[in-house]
Amino acid sequence: MKEIKIFHDATKDVSAFADKIKAKQKKIVGTLCSYAPEELIYAAGFHPMRLFSSKSDIILAEQHLQTYCCSLVRGVLEDSLSGRLDFLDGTVFPHTCDSIQRLSDIWRMKGRYEFFADVVLPVKLNTQSAKIYMVDVLTKFKKDLEIAAGREITDTDLRESIKKFNLIRKNLSKIYALQSQKPGIIKGADLYTIVKGSMVMDRDEVADLLPAIAANIEKMDTPEQNGKRIVVSGSICDSPDIYTAIEAAGGVIVGDDLCTGQRWFEGQILEDEEPLTAIATRYMDRIICPAKHSSATARGENMISLAKKNKADGVVFMLLKFCDPHAFDYPYLKEFLEKENIKTLLIEMDDQQQNLGQLSTRFETFIHYI
Amino acid sequence: MPDKLSDKRKIKCAKKMRDIMTTYYLDAMTAEQNNKQVAWITSGGPVEPLVAMDIIPVYPENHGAMIGASKMGEDLCTKAEDMGYSSDLCSYARTDISCSVVKGGPIGGLPKPDMLICCNNICGTVLKWYEVQARFYKVPLFILDTPICHTRYSPEIAKYVRAQIDEYIVFLEKITKRNFDYEKMAQVGKLAYKSQMLWQKVLNTTARNPSPMSAFDAFFFLALIVTLRGTQIAVDFYKDLLEEMEQRIKDGISMVPNEKYRLLWDNLPIWYRLKWLSNKFSDHNACLVADTYTSAWCSAIKYTDENNFLDSIAEAYTRIYLNIGVDQMADQVLEMIKFYDINGLVMHSNRSCKPYSFGQMDIMKIVREKTNIPVLMIEADMVDPRNFSQSQVETRIDAFMEIIKQRNS
Ligand code: SF4
Ligand code: SF4
Repeated sequence: MKEIKIFHDATKDVSAFADKIKAKQKKIVGTLCSYAPEELIYAAGFHPMRLFSSKSDIILAEQHLQTYCCSLVRGVLEDSLSGRLDFLDGTVFPHTCDSIQRLSDIWRMKGRYEFFADVVLPVKLNTQSAKIYMVDVLTKFKKDLEIAAGREITDTDLRESIKKFNLIRKNLSKIYALQSQKPGIIKGADLYTIVKGSMVMDRDEVADLLPAIAANIEKMDTPEQNGKRIVVSGSICDSPDIYTAIEAAGGVIVGDDLCTGQRWFEGQILEDEEPLTAIATRYMDRIICPAKHSSATARGENMISLAKKNKADGVVFMLLKFCDPHAFDYPYLKEFLEKENIKTLLIEMDDQQQNLGQLSTRFETFIHYI
Repeated sequence: MPDKLSDKRKIKCAKKMRDIMTTYYLDAMTAEQNNKQVAWITSGGPVEPLVAMDIIPVYPENHGAMIGASKMGEDLCTKAEDMGYSSDLCSYARTDISCSVVKGGPIGGLPKPDMLICCNNICGTVLKWYEVQARFYKVPLFILDTPICHTRYSPEIAKYVRAQIDEYIVFLEKITKRNFDYEKMAQVGKLAYKSQMLWQKVLNTTARNPSPMSAFDAFFFLALIVTLRGTQIAVDFYKDLLEEMEQRIKDGISMVPNEKYRLLWDNLPIWYRLKWLSNKFSDHNACLVADTYTSAWCSAIKYTDENNFLDSIAEAYTRIYLNIGVDQMADQVLEMIKFYDINGLVMHSNRSCKPYSFGQMDIMKIVREKTNIPVLMIEADMVDPRNFSQSQVETRIDAFMEIIKQRNS
C-alpha cells in the first residue's frame, strides 16, 4: 500500500524526515512519553516529535548515566550528545519514571536546544485535586509555549489541534480494530510503522493518510492463515523485527498495551469542553501507564479486558531491562491473566542488543504451547 | 590498648537507642493486641499526622536496612526474584515484598498494616511497591503525590500538595473512625520540628576537626528521626546525643583515632559492609564525617513553620533532597564540602536507587570543576550483596586514598 510506504520511509530515516519539516520553517519539539501534550505543541505551531533511541553504541552517555539505566533513556541521551538530534529546537519532559526524571535534569543542564520544558503531571490520576493540578500544569505549559512561539495560542488553535489528534487517534483505533477482527490483514511490522510514523511525521500528513489506510484495509478480505492471537504489553517496542518474529512463529498481533501503541492513542478528547480541561480529562481516563496511579489493580483489570476483547490466546510482555514501573507490575499482571487462563511470555529487551535468533525460538515455543 | 581506646570512643547513646528501637518494634508487633492501628509509611512521608492520631508508623525501608545489616538481603532478594520481581528493582522493595510472604528477616517480618501511606518524594519505586502491598494486604493506600521540583517549587505544586494534606487527614479520619485532633497535631508538629533541629545540630558537630562521630554512626542514629519523629522520645534522645557529642568535642574524643582526612559520602549506606568500610577508611586515617543521606531528614526544615505545621509541611515534604534537580543537589553537595571541610567525596552508585544514582556522574563532574577534591565512585547495592565486589572496592579505595594523601601532603 503506497500510503504505508510513506510511513516506512519517514520512520527509516528520522533525521532526513526532520529536515523536511525544517524546510517548512517549522520548529521541532521532541517528546519522550505518551503523556506529552502534543495537542498543545502542535497548536503553538511546533512539530511534536516522539524521540526513540537510534540504538547506537553508548559512548558519550556513559559519562552521565550508569549501565543500570534503561536503554531507551541512555540511547536517547547518546543521540542528543552525539549531535544526532541537532534538528531539535526543543524538548518536553513529562514526568514519568525515575530515569526520565533524571534524564530531564541532565538534558536541561546540557542545554543543547533552545526550548526546554518539564511538564510534571500528577502521578495520581484519580482525584479531583490531581485534575486541578493537571489543568494548572497544562496552563503553565501553554504559557511557556506561547513565549517560545512568540504568539498566543487561541482556543480556536487548540480546538483545531484537538480535532486533528482525535482524528489520528480514531483512525489508529480503527486500524487496530480491523486487525483484531481480521487478524493478519495488516503485517505487524506495518502496524508498528504506522503507529511510529504517527508519532514522528507531520500530523497534517498523518491525518490525511490514516483514513485512506483504514478504508483500504476495511475493503480487504480476511487472510487465510490463522495464527495464534497475541497481545503485546510493555513500555515501548521499537523493533519491527520482533513483530515479524512473532508472526514467523505462528502468531498474529491483535492488540497491545504499549506506550507506543494503544496506550498512547486510545481515548478521545471531548471537543466541546474547555480545551485544557478536556485534555486533562483524557489523561485522567486513558489506559494507565504503570508510572501513574489510579488504583492498585487498574492495569490488571485493563489487561484482562484487553485480552478478552481481542480474544487473545497469549500475552507477550516485552519489557525493557532496568525499567522499574513495568517490572513491578509484571508479576501481578501475569497472575491476573493466568487466573483467566491466558498464557503469558516474558521477554526482557535491551535496545542496543537484541538476540533475534533466541527470541524467535522463545516465540515458537510459546506459540506452540498455547 | 586498642580495646581501651575503642571503649572510650564508643558512643554511649547507642545502647539507649537500641533499647528505644526495641521497644518501638515491640509496640508495633503487638499493636493488634493493644487495639492500635498500624500504618506502613515511606521514609520520606509525613508521619506527624499518624503520630497525632495515635497510629503506629512502620517503615519498610528501615526494616530493609535491618535486613541488609543483618546480611539477610541476598536470600530475601532471591525469593522476590522467584516471585517474578526483576533483580534490577530496588532491594528494599524486593526484600519487603518477599518478607511479607515468607515472614523472614531479623524480626520475622513486619506487623500487618491497617493502611499504607506512600509519599513519592523519594522515588517512583515506592508507588509501585506500595501498590504491590495494597494488593497483598488488601488495605487502603493513600498516596501523597509530591511533584518533583526540577527547578522550582511552583504555585501549582504548592496548591496541589496542600490540598492533599487535607485529603490525608480525611483518609485517616475515615480509617480510624475518629476525628482528627488538630491540637495534638500542633504539639506533634512542634516536637517533630524540635527533633529535626536537634538532628541537624548533631550532624553539624562533625564539622569539628577531629569529628566526634562519623557518617557510619549517623546511619545508625538516623533510625529515630525516621521512625519516632514527632514524639518526645526522639527529642529527648537527640538532646542526649547532642550533649554527648559536645562533650566528646570538649574531651577531644574523635571517632577515627588519627583523623587526618575528612570524607563525604553520597547515597544510601552499603548496609552489609558498614563495619568493613568503616575500618577500611579508618585504617587510612580517614573519617566519613558527613553524608547526603542522613541529612535528608532535616534538609527541608527551613520550609517548616513549627507554629503553622500543617500548612508548611506541603513545602517541606516536597522540597527534600531527592525531589529536586540534579544541579540543586550538586549545590547542596558543594555546600557540605565547604561546611565539613571535606578532602574527598565517595559516591555510592547504588543499583537499587535510580533517582539517587542517576545524575551522580554530573554531580561528580561539578564537584571536580568547582573544588579540587578527588571523587571516588563505587558501584554496589545497599542491601543486595551480589552487586558488591569487595576486592575491587578495596583496590579503588586504596588508590583514592593515595591521591588524597598526595594532595594533602
Ligand atoms: S522504559 Fe521504563 S524506565 Fe525506561 S523511560 Fe520508559 S518507563 Fe522509564
Ligand atoms: S532506595 Fe531509592 S528506589 Fe528504593 S525506596 Fe529508597 S528512594 Fe526509592
